[in-house]
Amino acid sequence: MRRFFLIATPYAWLLALFLVPFLIVLKISLSDTALAIPPYVPKLDWAEGIGAFLSQLDFENFAFLTEDDLYWKAYLSSLQIAVVSTVFTLIIGYPIAYGMARAPDEWRPTLMMLVILPFWTSFLIRVYAWMGILSQEGFLNQFLLWIGVIDTPLTILNTNTAVYIGIVYTYLPFMILPIYAALDRMDGSLIEAAEDLGCSRLTAFWLVTIPLSRNGIVAGSFLVFIPALGEFVIPSLLGGSGTLMIGKILWEEFFSNRDWPVASAVAVILLLILVIPIVLFQRNQQKQAEAEQ
Amino acid sequence: MIRFQNVTKRFGEFVAIDDLSLDIFEQEFFALLGPSGCGKTTMMRMLAGFENPTQGRIELAGQDIGPVPPNKRAVNMMFQSYALFPHLSIWDNIAFGLRRSNMPKDQITARVEEMLKLTRLEKFARRKPHQISGGQRQRVALARSLAKAPKLLLLDEPLGALDKKLRQDTQFELMDIQEKTGTTFVIVTHDQEEAMTVASRVAVMDEGRLIQVSTPDRLYETPNSVYVADFIGDVNIIEGATKALGDDRYQIAWVDGQPPLVATSHRPFSDSQPCHLAIRPEKVAISADRPENADNSVQGKVLDIAYLGNLSTYHVELPSGTIIKAQAANTRRISRRSFTWEDPVWLSWTATAGVLLAE
Repeated sequence: MRRFFLIATPYAWLLALFLVPFLIVLKISLSDTALAIPPYVPKLDWAEGIGAFLSQLDFENFAFLTEDDLYWKAYLSSLQIAVVSTVFTLIIGYPIAYGMARAPDEWRPTLMMLVILPFWTSFLIRVYAWMGILSQEGFLNQFLLWIGVIDTPLTILNTNTAVYIGIVYTYLPFMILPIYAALDRMDGSLIEAAEDLGCSRLTAFWLVTIPLSRNGIVAGSFLVFIPALGEFVIPSLLGGSGTLMIGKILWEEFFSNRDWPVASAVAVILLLILVIPIVLFQRNQQKQAEAEQ
Repeated sequence: MIRFQNVTKRFGEFVAIDDLSLDIFEQEFFALLGPSGCGKTTMMRMLAGFENPTQGRIELAGQDIGPVPPNKRAVNMMFQSYALFPHLSIWDNIAFGLRRSNMPKDQITARVEEMLKLTRLEKFARRKPHQISGGQRQRVALARSLAKAPKLLLLDEPLGALDKKLRQDTQFELMDIQEKTGTTFVIVTHDQEEAMTVASRVAVMDEGRLIQVSTPDRLYETPNSVYVADFIGDVNIIEGATKALGDDRYQIAWVDGQPPLVATSHRPFSDSQPCHLAIRPEKVAISADRPENADNSVQGKVLDIAYLGNLSTYHVELPSGTIIKAQAANTRRISRRSFTWEDPVWLSWTATAGVLLAE
């Protein structure tokens, strides 16, 4: 009986906080928009019966998403931004994680603290701070002008570049921590063994360190890619009108157009896109757990 | 083949190896034996190329190997943790070193198969290291380090992770493989039994210095110091002062009121020089009655008996409080033993049984 409760608790949690909201969103996505509160029909009326209610639901909104090219362009552009940011995060994060794992023991808690430190302030404030850095009169431009690298201020804010910078900055810790964990666990004698067997430092890194941190790389990449794909705050604050991201579209549909059914359809499709990497991520974690047994 | 010339290694203030010179010969099975922190692992790491001597030089086959990086040395190492690559199969682990050389593919395959056969691992070639047992992992590590046919194989506590029974089997396997391949083996261990079993020569180390380098039997029979006598096997140490009797015979005055002991020594001692007489327990006879014609005999009472099955070790307390260990084979049924706890017994040994040591 105790075991049943133990297992049932997380499932009840998932049911209440994930499955039920998802079903509500799915239902709204199949409804029609209306000038009402809430702004969609039909609503479940027990007097008319379930059959009549179900017969009013249709896939009109999903069909609409394929007609207007704004939506699939937004999905593609989100994918592109998420993939590119993930790659950049990996390129920047891996050396940091490697350096941390190789640092002397007494330094590691401090370095770890520095990675986690940004979480102590609000995410929103940090993104606003980037607006101060990247704007035309911002710190970056002033600094570049002062050292004489440029003559006229660069336009960075309100472009895709600013979005990339924002995403890479925000999600960097999510990349560093799993890679660091993987590298930290690695037995240092493996590298020595590789060198002993004829590897140079570089080939030893390529043939031993990289494959052994693979799980960390995969975990980190998913942890960055998945939230970056649906990211809304960073593109709306740092991006310009040209920045097309599905999170922004979603927000606009909900709050500007008040078209809940279309917005819900966008959300459902986004979730379907995200299910693939999430499943892959879970499988990676599972394989890793098995390998460690 | 290997020559350490006045090698010193310091880590900051700490002196790990102190002005040490040593020759290791070709096809030898050489053991570096000592307690942890004595510098034996540092010696091995300098041979492998992971550490460089602070002073002095190390020669391999007449060449100074100081400037040669580990990946260019004809030396392979078997790590204490085995350091098998967890992401590669057993086959790929063994082939790892061969693939780094310019060996053609079919020769690599042949060599790996040969190594698998040598270490009886053919059945496990496709498995990953975490799918095999500790003893098998140990053999993979050995096969991998032997695959490149190094001039010198270094083994860092190779059997430390195995249980006792498996360790004994593996020790003989190691000796077999060493004889078959004719490779020079240098083994690092803190287990004196292991060193004595496998090695043809043993260097006993302490605090970065060599205390004695000799064959196992000479180390055991004629240790050059109390440290070695105590480190290798079980020993009774009796302190006293010498008096020459001529013909290499010495009289040793020890505890007041006891008759002096007699011992022989090839090393000269002056009169009233403080000395230590080291006697192995198995060379001390124990009897209920006073033995006749014994060079040395003392009386005491049995304090403890350690029963080992085939042998028993008796801890005998003398009237002065000194405890002397005597070992006797249990040739009779235990119920027919003529003495037991608290019984008065006589211990005796010949003049040649012990070794006289100055320090």
